[in-house]
This record gives sequence, C-alpha cells and structure tokens, in this order.
Amino acid sequence: MSNSQVGNDVNAPTPAKAPNASKDKVVARALNFYYGQNRALKEVNLNLYEGQVTAFIGPSGCGKSTLLRVLNRMYDLYPGQRAEGEVLLDGENILSKNLDLNLLRSRVGMVFQKPTPFPMTIYDNIAFGIRLYEKLPKSEMNDRVESALKRSALWGEVKDKLQANGLSLSGGQQQRLCIARTVAIKPEVILFDEPCSALDPISTAKIEELIDELSGDYTIAIVTHNMQQAARVSHYTVFMYLGEMVEFNETDKVFTSPRDKRTQDYVTGRFG
Amino acid sequence: MVNHTMKAYDKELDTLERRIAEMGGIAEKMVIDAMDALSNADTVLAHQVVATDPRLDALQREIENLAVMTIARRQPVAVDLRELIGAIRIAGDLERVGDLAKNIAKRSIKIGAEARVPRAIVGLKHMNEVATELMKDVLDAYAQRDAERAREVWERDVDLDALEDSVFRDLLTHMMEDPRNISFCAHLLFCSKNIERIGDHATNIAETVIYLVSGQAPTSERPRGRQETDVDIEAAGGDA
Repeated sequence: MSNSQVGNDVNAPTPAKAPNASKDKVVARALNFYYGQNRALKEVNLNLYEGQVTAFIGPSGCGKSTLLRVLNRMYDLYPGQRAEGEVLLDGENILSKNLDLNLLRSRVGMVFQKPTPFPMTIYDNIAFGIRLYEKLPKSEMNDRVESALKRSALWGEVKDKLQANGLSLSGGQQQRLCIARTVAIKPEVILFDEPCSALDPISTAKIEELIDELSGDYTIAIVTHNMQQAARVSHYTVFMYLGEMVEFNETDKVFTSPRDKRTQDYVTGRFG
Repeated sequence: MVNHTMKAYDKELDTLERRIAEMGGIAEKMVIDAMDALSNADTVLAHQVVATDPRLDALQREIENLAVMTIARRQPVAVDLRELIGAIRIAGDLERVGDLAKNIAKRSIKIGAEARVPRAIVGLKHMNEVATELMKDVLDAYAQRDAERAREVWERDVDLDALEDSVFRDLLTHMMEDPRNISFCAHLLFCSKNIERIGDHATNIAETVIYLVSGQAPTSERPRGRQETDVDIEAAGGDA
C-alpha cells in the first residue's frame, strides 16, 4: 500500500454495488419518489442481494420506510404518491402499470412495526393468506401452517392452542405470528419495517434470531432505528439521509470504517 | 470532529486520550533517563527509573478499565470503536516500553562500578536517541491523528534495526579485544536488544494510529533492517 492510500477511501464515491455480492434479487435504478410535490427519494440506486439481509438506517424522514414501501408498491394504496425510475425484481420492473399487484405482494412480503394479527384464530391467521393464493387440502394446509409456525419459532408456544384468537398472544408472539403469516405464502423477499420497535429485548432477540434463520432462503430488507440491530442482523447496510442513499456497504465496513463522514457521524451518535 | 450528542461520551474519550498522553510522557522520559543512568553510571537516576514503572502500570490498568467500561456502556462503532481499541493497544505498548526502560536501568545498577568501556556505549546511545525520536514522533502522530506521520515512524524503525546490528558487531569486537570487557559488553548487548524492542513498540503504536485514522492496518511488508542470514539475537532479549 502506498502512502497516499492511507485513509483516502473517505472521499471515494459510494459504489452502487458492494463487493463480494451474490446475485441481485432486487435492483433499484434512478428511483425517485414523490408525496405530491415533495420528493422523498432522490435518485436511489440500490441492490438487494439474494439471500442476504440488507438494513436501512438513517434519521427520521430520510426515506428509508418510503423506499421499503416502494419495493412492494404499498404506496399504490394512497393517491398522490408516485415512484419514478426502475425497480427490478429478478429483472422485471415492478413499477410498470400492468403488473399484477397481488402476485407482487405474494412474492414480496411485509412485516410492520406494530404486530397486525387478524382478529381470528392463530391457525386462520396463517391459513388466510395461503387461501388467497392456493387451494390446499386440509392435511396439506395443516402442514403448511405448522411449518410456517416452526419457521417463525412460534410453534412450540402455540401448538396446543391453534384455535385461540391471534390477539390473545403477547406482542412478541403476535409479531412472530405476522412473520409466520408472511412466510406461509412463500415469498421471495421479506420487508421488515421496524419489526422490533414495539417489542421487549427478549422478543427482539427472538425476532433477530428469526431474521438470521430466514436469511439464505429469503432476501430480506429491514428498516430499523436501532443501529445496533442493523449491526447485529444485516449483511449489508444502507445509510440514508434526506432522501439520498449516502452509503451502501457491507455492514462490517459501515460500523468499523464508514466511508462517508455523514455515515460516521450518524452511526457514532454525533448527528445534529 | 463533531461532538457526540451525549456529552459524557466525549468526556470519556477525552479522559482516555489524556491518560495515553500522560503514559507517553512518562515512558519517553524513562527511556531517556535509563540511558543517561547507564552512560553516566548514575545509580540514583537508575533507581528513579525503576520506581517510576508502577505509575505506568497503574495508568495502563486505568485506561483498560475506562475503555472496557465505555465499550460496555456506549456500544461504540466506527471511529469511536477504533479509538477505544487503539487506546487499549497503545497503553499496552507504552507499558512494555516502560518495562524495557526499567530493564536497562536495572542493568545499569547491576553493572555498578564494573570496568566500563566508554567507547562501547557510544553506539548504544545513538540507538537510544533514534528510539526516543521514534517514540516522540509516534506519540505526536497519535495526538494529531496523523496517519502519514505514523507511517514515517513505521518505516523508520528499519534504521534502529540496522543500528542494533552494528552495535552487536561492535560489542563483539570489544569482547574479543579484551576478555575483561565481556561482562560489561554482555550487559550492553541485552540493553541494545531492549532498545530495539522499544522501537518495535513505537512501530506497533504507529500501526495502531494508522488503523485508528484510516480504518485499515498498513498491509505492505515493513522494510527490514537486517538480512535473513544475520545472527538472530532474539534469544538474548533478557527481560529481567
């Protein structure tokens, strides 16, 4: 290494593609998003790698949840919101007008900040989603529900009360139920929007363990306010600020030697 | 650098840095004093050097405790994490430098009134000057977070290694010339090894500073002062 190389990475431009990446699952190119006149995302270029966990961090209002909502076109539900640019899921642009939204959302599942179980039995909470997409015989449905609950580390706690109401579970269990519901329809990508912010530390640890287990089989994007959580669960970290993607790199790098000064200030708690 | 939102965090990092600076000052002075004691047969000064060492040990423990506490409480990342890891490493190196200076002082006491060969010490004094300069420069580089300056120290350690070689040959010559010099010169051999190691610790600190500033350790092979075929006098370290 020559003398000039010491520390010169600080000014290097953020690459669109991080090193050692596996296959692209989701690719956003020149993505802009508008809430009416307000531009919330500015020329975002992003890759979600297959089977990897990518965390989005940044101060409130930086656009990270907006970005997540673009990835399964959640914003379509609201008038006046629009996305420009390209978001490719396995090479297919999901922003195109003639896309089957139901199909998209079966491929890209989402788990929200607050647990949102349906007011029905634990069993039906999971079977409900499956029935939307598939017609399964009873025994197969039972297997599917069981494997989804096992996958989300909830089976042991609920196997004797599958007919109990989903709302009777604790907050952490409800969140895992929602993850089970998402996993049950076998999506390819799972989006987590602050999945632990309403949970206690033990439940949080269980969800984090779950995310780790699910990675590999699923491509995962997680928005979190908790930087340590991003450091714990993700392979890649995206730092966003004022609608821009400031830094996108391997999580190890972001938390040991971030390239951008703004990233450094944010992760070390020097912001503002 | 911008301050942390939590001011207490900045205060902890400041305290650490001041303790390191204090350790650096003490260690530097010990190295200089030890050589003065040796060359002037000043036993009083030698005892002073030995007596200073516990202060350095105590500071190292304090720095380690402080760093561990900060890691536990604040979950530092990025530059803060490197800062803390750096503090622990540098404190360790400075503590060792103190030990090596203490060894030289102890030897100077042991030599006492033995027949001295003033000519034999000249090379050693020169080595010590180079080592002291490396120490001073690397501590400045740390204080200023100057990776370039640290890298210079890192590359300059080669001079000290080369000097050690020539001192080694020099002392052998003295011993062969007159067997009565052997005891004295053997002591000096150990001292030269100690000084060479002080240079190694300065190099370690330089690496830590580079890591601390840039997030990367220097990767290329450091220049070597002696050739592979030369006598390895590593075993003669004699950490008394």
